[in-house]
Amino acid sequence: MKVAVLKGGRSLERGVSLRSGARVEDALARLGHDVLSLDVGADLVRRLEKERPDGAFIALHGPQGEDGTAQELLEILDVSYTGPGVAACALCMDKVAAKHAFVAAGVPTPAWFAFNQTAFRDLGAGDALDGIEARLGFPLVVKPARGGSALGVKLAAAGEEVPGALVAAFSYDDRVLLERFAEGREVAVGVLGDEPLPVVEAIPAESDVYDFEARYEIGRTRFACPAELGEAEARAVTEAALGAWRALGCSGFGRVDLILAAAGPQVLEVNATPGLTDTSLLPMAAEAAGLEFEALVERILELALAGRPRAETVG
Amino acid sequence: MTEPPHRRRAHSTTRDLERYAGLFAERTRVMRSSAMRDLMAVTARPEVISLAGGLPDTSTFPPGTFAAQMTKIAQESAAQALQYGPTEGFEETRDCILEVMGAEGMLPDSEDVIVTTGGQQAIDLVCKTLVDPGDPVICEAPTYPGAVPVFSSYQADVIQVETDEDGMRVDELERVLGELEAAGRRPKFIYSVPTFQNPAGVTLSLQRRRRLVELAAHHEVIVAEDNPYGLLRYGGDPLPPLYQLDGGDYVVYLGTFSKILSPGIRLGWAVAPPPLMEKIVLGKQASDLCTSTLTQYFVREYFAERRWREYVASLIDIYRARRDVMLEALEAHFPPQAAWTRPEGGLFIWATLPDYIDTGDLLARALREDVAFVPGQAAFVDGRGGSSMRLNFSGVTEDEIREGVRRIGEVIAEQVELFETLTGHEVGSPVAGRQSADPPGAADVLPFRRSARGGR
Repeated sequence: MKVAVLKGGRSLERGVSLRSGARVEDALARLGHDVLSLDVGADLVRRLEKERPDGAFIALHGPQGEDGTAQELLEILDVSYTGPGVAACALCMDKVAAKHAFVAAGVPTPAWFAFNQTAFRDLGAGDALDGIEARLGFPLVVKPARGGSALGVKLAAAGEEVPGALVAAFSYDDRVLLERFAEGREVAVGVLGDEPLPVVEAIPAESDVYDFEARYEIGRTRFACPAELGEAEARAVTEAALGAWRALGCSGFGRVDLILAAAGPQVLEVNATPGLTDTSLLPMAAEAAGLEFEALVERILELALAGRPRAETVG
Repeated sequence: MTEPPHRRRAHSTTRDLERYAGLFAERTRVMRSSAMRDLMAVTARPEVISLAGGLPDTSTFPPGTFAAQMTKIAQESAAQALQYGPTEGFEETRDCILEVMGAEGMLPDSEDVIVTTGGQQAIDLVCKTLVDPGDPVICEAPTYPGAVPVFSSYQADVIQVETDEDGMRVDELERVLGELEAAGRRPKFIYSVPTFQNPAGVTLSLQRRRRLVELAAHHEVIVAEDNPYGLLRYGGDPLPPLYQLDGGDYVVYLGTFSKILSPGIRLGWAVAPPPLMEKIVLGKQASDLCTSTLTQYFVREYFAERRWREYVASLIDIYRARRDVMLEALEAHFPPQAAWTRPEGGLFIWATLPDYIDTGDLLARALREDVAFVPGQAAFVDGRGGSSMRLNFSGVTEDEIREGVRRIGEVIAEQVELFETLTGHEVGSPVAGRQSADPPGAADVLPFRRSARGGR
């Protein structure tokens, strides 16, 4: 079967995406597929039209790959693709929209306030900061609404650190959110089809936040998979993750990131195109479930080709 | 004949990963690949104006000369040029090196010279020869970003000494040396780029040069003088290299053909006193046996034509004009809260912004406008430099410099304005309240005044 692997592109997570893509390409080749490697650019549509692949494996991270743009193009070209559909991707990418959907569905997520630059510039939102800080408490997390890999995410320990953190977050997106810091264990649940994979826990070796560097560097973070959780804890985490997954209308495969706080799990976000690098959590979880990387890739592809319910696509 | 099937190394599984992680040497824990490296991958996009590189402009090297020399080598010395060579490098290459060093007033003994695979290997070999894990190594703050991973890979305890418009603060150095001595610790060497420093663009004053070599002799500590840019002077009077002032007793000299001829040929060198050189040669032998024979032949042929100084002069004209364009553009487009250096040579300008701007995040914003620079943190080992950036003017055209600096200026202005909106006052005036307090150490990151000795 001819499978296009979409990777790279212009996103800030280009490097990560290239690593995910390369690993997927290897697996596909070993599975006997005809691999069409596409570092996405202006010629993407032309190349897909010319090559007419039987399916597309999306290994893009960040805007354009994760927000439904690439998915939309593949719909138009009638090429089956991996992971969630257009609408779900758009929700996953936008942390603010996703959190609203979580709340509506009764999925626990840390309290937050979101603003765009205009609110600060033209509506004086800066004057509301004291009130926001009082309600969220310190430390609080400042992050761009769209973006992944913890880029632009800062922890503000006190009021004077908030403006700088906001300036940093606005470097990545026009909208940012201030979020209550959920203290607890960093866990993730991969979802394959509609089945949850075992819970993974990321335990940072040095720094106290699982940041961009810790994420992609071998040896910087210790992973426990399956995470050492009590049965009730594991069930609560998995249920919250599946709740978030359904709330955003996801299908195919993806990863839900959560914090397991003292009061229970809190969902941070859902990744529609989770990393598949050597240090990524989803492949680790699959392996703990007895699914080697190749088998995982094959299963993801099967799910894509089986198609998704029409209701989930646009139109 | 059919081609063998395309075979690529299978990527590791997570189980492999665990297995390899257990095998990693302790030193790899400090060999950081960084978030910045991933951001830098984006700067390679063709539409990006990159002021991030450290690239000399190789486009002006005459292709005809290149072709003629390589042809001559092929016709006259093919067998030798394709063969291994001596670990120390060819005598003829070392003669070329003496000629280059002579142009800056240095007269080393040919026996003290080793040809290396680029200047980078020279830094590596010095570390390999001198540094045990935990040994103190002193360098400038900021220092050459490419030296940091070398120091780290030998698990050196890197101590950075403050720098100002006149280069390394030698009084600070004296204090550091005294403190180390009092603690019974011996620094293995002081790494310095005294002339047109990378990244700051500053030059160590004559008075400080003299004092530095005195201190080195007094404390019996090696100074590794890295001088890739000395011949690229666009104004002012040349200063004697540390090597010349010291006579080669405590100064180990590191040179390169990268900036005066080509970085692609990967030819650099080190000059060290015989006992040190003996170990350096052994280290080099273990690393790669010898430097590329082919490119040594190329340099030999090129120098035989006796036109290398002409070529350097042509580079100086190009780079001087580009530096001037960058300084003008900075004046026109950077906000009054920014400060930057005015280098008399070399390839870089170092700009420092208000401390609430993180140039790592700013780079992400700048990349949306298709322009790139090197965030300052890369030049520090302790997290300082977060509000500074290195700008390169040698590898980009004058138009690109103007446009690139304009775009960076725009995103800085946007962030300054946003911060002022958030804090409700004009920054620059010392107002209490929301304005972030200086984080420790941030204020002493090259606090250049904007009017720093303008116009040279």
